Amino acid sequence: MPRVLLIEDDAAVRDGVTLALRRRGHEVAAAASGEEGLTVLPGFRPDIVLLDLMLPGKDGFQVCRLIRAERQLPIIMLTARGDDLDVVLGLEAGADDYIVKPARGEVLEARIRAVLRRTALPADGAPAVEPGPAPVETYGELAIDRAGLVVGKGGQDLALAPSEMKLLLFLSATPGQVFSRQQLLEHVWEHSYHGDARLVDACVMRLRTKIEDTPRSPRYVQTVRGFGYRFGPL
Amino acid sequence: MNRLGRRVPSRTLLRGLRARLVVGFLVVAAVSALTTALLTYREARNAILQRSQDIAVNDLRAQVNSLAPELTVPPAQEDLDNFRVQLERSGKSREWDISVHYRGVPDSDEGGLRRGVVVPADLKSSVEKRHVPAFQRIDRAGAPWLLIGMPVRQSDGQASALSVYAQLPLSAEEANVEALVSAAQRGALPVLILAVIPALLAARGVLRPVRGLRQAAGRIAEGKLDTRLEVKGADELADLSRTFNDMAARLEESMAELRRLEANSRRFAADVSHELRTPLAAMTAVTDVLDEDADSLDPDTASAVRLISQETGKLARMVEDLMEVSRFDAGAAALHPDEVDVGETIRKTLQARAWQKRVVAELPEDVRARLDPRRLDVVVANLVGNALHHGGEPVRVVLHAPEPGADRLLIEVSDSGPGIDPEVLPHVFERFYKADSARARSEGSGLGLAIAMENVRLHGGTMRAANSPEGGAVFTVDLPLRHDEPNETADADGPDATSAAGTRTAKENDA
Repeated sequence: MPRVLLIEDDAAVRDGVTLALRRRGHEVAAAASGEEGLTVLPGFRPDIVLLDLMLPGKDGFQVCRLIRAERQLPIIMLTARGDDLDVVLGLEAGADDYIVKPARGEVLEARIRAVLRRTALPADGAPAVEPGPAPVETYGELAIDRAGLVVGKGGQDLALAPSEMKLLLFLSATPGQVFSRQQLLEHVWEHSYHGDARLVDACVMRLRTKIEDTPRSPRYVQTVRGFGYRFGPL
Repeated sequence: MNRLGRRVPSRTLLRGLRARLVVGFLVVAAVSALTTALLTYREARNAILQRSQDIAVNDLRAQVNSLAPELTVPPAQEDLDNFRVQLERSGKSREWDISVHYRGVPDSDEGGLRRGVVVPADLKSSVEKRHVPAFQRIDRAGAPWLLIGMPVRQSDGQASALSVYAQLPLSAEEANVEALVSAAQRGALPVLILAVIPALLAARGVLRPVRGLRQAAGRIAEGKLDTRLEVKGADELADLSRTFNDMAARLEESMAELRRLEANSRRFAADVSHELRTPLAAMTAVTDVLDEDADSLDPDTASAVRLISQETGKLARMVEDLMEVSRFDAGAAALHPDEVDVGETIRKTLQARAWQKRVVAELPEDVRARLDPRRLDVVVANLVGNALHHGGEPVRVVLHAPEPGADRLLIEVSDSGPGIDPEVLPHVFERFYKADSARARSEGSGLGLAIAMENVRLHGGTMRAANSPEGGAVFTVDLPLRHDEPNETADADGPDATSAAGTRTAKENDA
């Protein structure tokens, strides 16, 4: 069962969310501040972090960046819808997804599941992709190993956050095909409602800084004005 | 057009204050120059003529006095002639014509050096009857002449029968006067031209404060209430400026007060919603725990638990709506447009709320538009939800594909209910407006339609509510269809990214 680290300063919300997730079989560690969360993190080894943005001391953005600097584990921000700037900043700080507060337990569960499905192995141990000798695909300098979930560039393995990995795998599966941001939200983030397309933009931007030679004039993840994004053609 | 878009009537040549002032100055200058010239001319002309007259009369008298004693009395015609010739010769510089009369009979005019002298009767009578010297100015063929008549007195002072008449041209004097006039004329034009300078200076002195006042009033009208005028001097314009400043200060004070109150109440609403959200987040997280376990509780407790769960959900939605409204009020609602398939977006809205079976949708393919999909979702969801709750099924959602070349997008949501009371119709988009006063509370927050309206407005569109002839209410959303605005693309390097990055730096500095 997925291990969840919840970083939330309000005691009631912390207890409520912890209760809701425990009922669904998650192991939950709760921290009341970013500093506490960062202390708990190495020992607890969570599969996913739920991170409130409004924290005393180190705020959610800083905590997000600090976690991202060392680990590529999925991070979901807890945010209030319409605090638009928070969403953008959180995504730029490296969060994979966001949940709008207040959220029902089932919504929390669904988002956590969706984000975990994007990453290598869910907690039940079944591989997310069919095992088999899948060849490593090469596009220009990029080497994508779909089975091993490794992306290399010029012989170096790249550290991609879960949503970045999933986005790259999805786009590169059909090179040259254009996907609208709404389509990407549905397929990669599994948002069934009209999510925030800036989630896609922020993720594309972060992905480009890691895989492109010149992020300003991208070669792999290209923008199609008025329609969305596509992988290649190289 | 001025900055505020009001039409300023075009000024004809004499409508402007500057033109009026300059013309006024010129008129005053011209009148004074003309009056001065006229008076000068008259005085100078009189003085010049008077002088030459006096000189001529004195000369003649002197000559007559020196020559008359040598005249034999009574003179013969020849003597008279001689006497005349002598007199004429003695005229030195003066070219006078002389005529000598004895007892009213003139000399024979022979051997005369010049023209004959025509003596008017009244002059002649005053000289010969009343024995007084007389002179007269006359015009001959446009030239001025002076006529002098002089009775010659005997040495004992008795009047004699001899009188002398002289005529002399005044053309030299006339030329002098002419020169005066032309000098006055030549002087008047520069004077008038020079008068323009003080006129312009005076006009500027008046106009600059007036222009300043106008600009300041314009700035106040634009809402820059901190506009003040510089008060200089103690004239009427300074008074006006001072009054203007007082007015602006009052205006600014009352506006600031209003804004403060408004901001306070807005902040209060936003703060309240925000504060409510945290406990709601905690409650909402556990409602499904309540729902799941309700069945295993005794019926009363179960009902209570389900009620709490249900109402928590409503409260959460209401607070969310309140926050949305306060964001609109604060002008903080941002549009994140994307190029979307409108029909597909509406279909998703219906699917997400499991309304496909209850709503008849006519959604043509491939209607693409630039809009904020999340906000369109809110609009459609609110309209359809409203139709389902307050109208009657079936509810129809129709997307009208825009005509080729047209740039409007129409979305119609109609229900099959009784329609909306005409008295209520104008108010349906107002906040917390309850169409049915008998109904204690509505299904929604009472903000749904107001929020939908705000979202449509944010897109630059309009929304109308009406009753269809077939019965039932019809809500029509009219959105501008904006295709491919060059500076808004799906590129993350767009303005959003930069502004967010900029704000982030600010935030980091604050931290």
